[in-house]
Amino acid sequence: MALSDQELREIAYLARISVKEESLPSLKKELEDILGLFEELDAANTSEVNAMSHPLDLSQPTRKDEVTEEDLRDELLKNAPSVKSGLFLVPKVIDGEN
Amino acid sequence: MKNYSEDWEAVIGLEIHVQLSTKSKLFSGASTDFGALPNTQACNIDLAMPGVLPVLNEEVLKMAVKLGKALNAEINSPTSFARKNYFYPDSPKGYQISQMDKPIVENGYLDIETENGGKRIGVTRAHLEEDAGKSLHDDFEGQSGIDLNRAGTPLLEIVSEPEINTPEEAVAYLKSIHSIIRYLEISDGNMAEGSMRCDANVSVRKIGEEKLGTRTETKNVNSFRFVEKAIQYEIERQIHEIESGNKITQETRLYDSQANTTRPMRSKEFANDYRYFPEPDLLPVNLEKEFIEEVLKTMPEMPTEKKERFVSEFSLSQYDADLLAADKDIAEFFEEVTKVSNSPKLSANWIMGELSAELNNENLNIKESKVSSNKLGQLISRIEDGTISGKIAKDIFEKIWTTGKEVDDIIKEEGLEQVTDDQEIESMIDEVIENNPQQLEQYRSGKDRLFGFFVGQVMKASQGKANPRQVNDILKSKLEK
Repeated sequence: MALSDQELREIAYLARISVKEESLPSLKKELEDILGLFEELDAANTSEVNAMSHPLDLSQPTRKDEVTEEDLRDELLKNAPSVKSGLFLVPKVIDGEN
Repeated sequence: MKNYSEDWEAVIGLEIHVQLSTKSKLFSGASTDFGALPNTQACNIDLAMPGVLPVLNEEVLKMAVKLGKALNAEINSPTSFARKNYFYPDSPKGYQISQMDKPIVENGYLDIETENGGKRIGVTRAHLEEDAGKSLHDDFEGQSGIDLNRAGTPLLEIVSEPEINTPEEAVAYLKSIHSIIRYLEISDGNMAEGSMRCDANVSVRKIGEEKLGTRTETKNVNSFRFVEKAIQYEIERQIHEIESGNKITQETRLYDSQANTTRPMRSKEFANDYRYFPEPDLLPVNLEKEFIEEVLKTMPEMPTEKKERFVSEFSLSQYDADLLAADKDIAEFFEEVTKVSNSPKLSANWIMGELSAELNNENLNIKESKVSSNKLGQLISRIEDGTISGKIAKDIFEKIWTTGKEVDDIIKEEGLEQVTDDQEIESMIDEVIENNPQQLEQYRSGKDRLFGFFVGQVMKASQGKANPRQVNDILKSKLEK
């Protein structure tokens, strides 16, 4: 499957990976090789096989609905480069889906 | 009401996010309480610190199973989680854990009623997902502040089929979902605080056309009334655009309730591509038959069942039963009042009349009523047993509302008992007749309408306390003499 340079740039943007223009050709070849493997997989007849969403044949364990975490705000805020009034500060965002 | 040409029809689908009222988060043991100081309820897992793993809250499964049952839907087992990838500062992981292929609830429906009759709306699915944090855009030296207390709070997103055609139907559907989640006690459904949020997918097409028009998604609609207005606006806007020769752009729009318009959100540089894939940190969840059966045992009586019971058990009209049963708290209040008053019809009238007027006046909900269900029941029983008249009862109601006193104490202290003594009423009537010879003459010469005048005079003389039926009977016999 062939990828265009534009598709590559979009994929890189969505993953927030910065890709230099000069590395586009080699990256493109690697991704196309991987996609080729999927095309090979697509050839297998799976009409009788259920979709598998996890390799382990187990059911997800659950926990009781209890508050077990204490307030570690001050400790956790120490990881952030910029904080104010108990908030993490980030570059300005507008029109978000909050 | 259609404000646009008959040639057009709207096609509407609603996505409703319901915040589940668990104590702890979907995948962590941090508290979900509303209104805590910023970031005091955001733990390592919510912040996506390296090495942490999500652990599923059992309670949300129970809540989803109940909702599925109430929506006449199928429960998927196994149900599995998926990653929805996007970068936004209020989502620390860089993805949201949601559900894609196997949502916990699928293929349900809901019957709604509007002025135009009943209609069945399909519910495509309801899936579990985690809420994001909040971005605060006040001025932090040109930066945004992030509060992650809400991050990881469990949501059920309920997606309808695009089978809604008018804003009225959309509101009826939304109100029905609201009533259900409140009955199930899986969410407080508070739209103003964001525990229930509604996004509306709207498109228009000429009637008779098969192909759907290009749709827009309107977000940020936080009351029933705004949902109706936002959809109405969006329908009219799209028709206007198309009739003016323009094309509808598929986009996300925000509703501005003050201007009553919708406007496009700043579009992202590239089209959204969430690149869903199965969540590797969570196994599929098998919902055992026994588990589902245990959960279904805890299902409460639902609004439609309650309505039908109110009609059969209390002989209420469909209309009254519908109004009372729509809200769980009102329905409970009604049953408490009726237990004391033994008069369902009068109890219904009082709750929907006097009581709801006072509640509206002071912007209170029924749980905050200053007249308890017990006192209202006693008041009504005093009307029923003839101690007081309905008119006096209204005055007493006001007094209980302001002072909180007991019904019987007010009646005793203020001497409000109904006068039921025949002789006492007779003497009041005699006096009224004596004082109004002219009207008496007119009445006897055929002016029947004056009967009401005499009743009014007698009631006035008794300060409203005479038993009206006795007044009527005695007055009639005296006047006919």
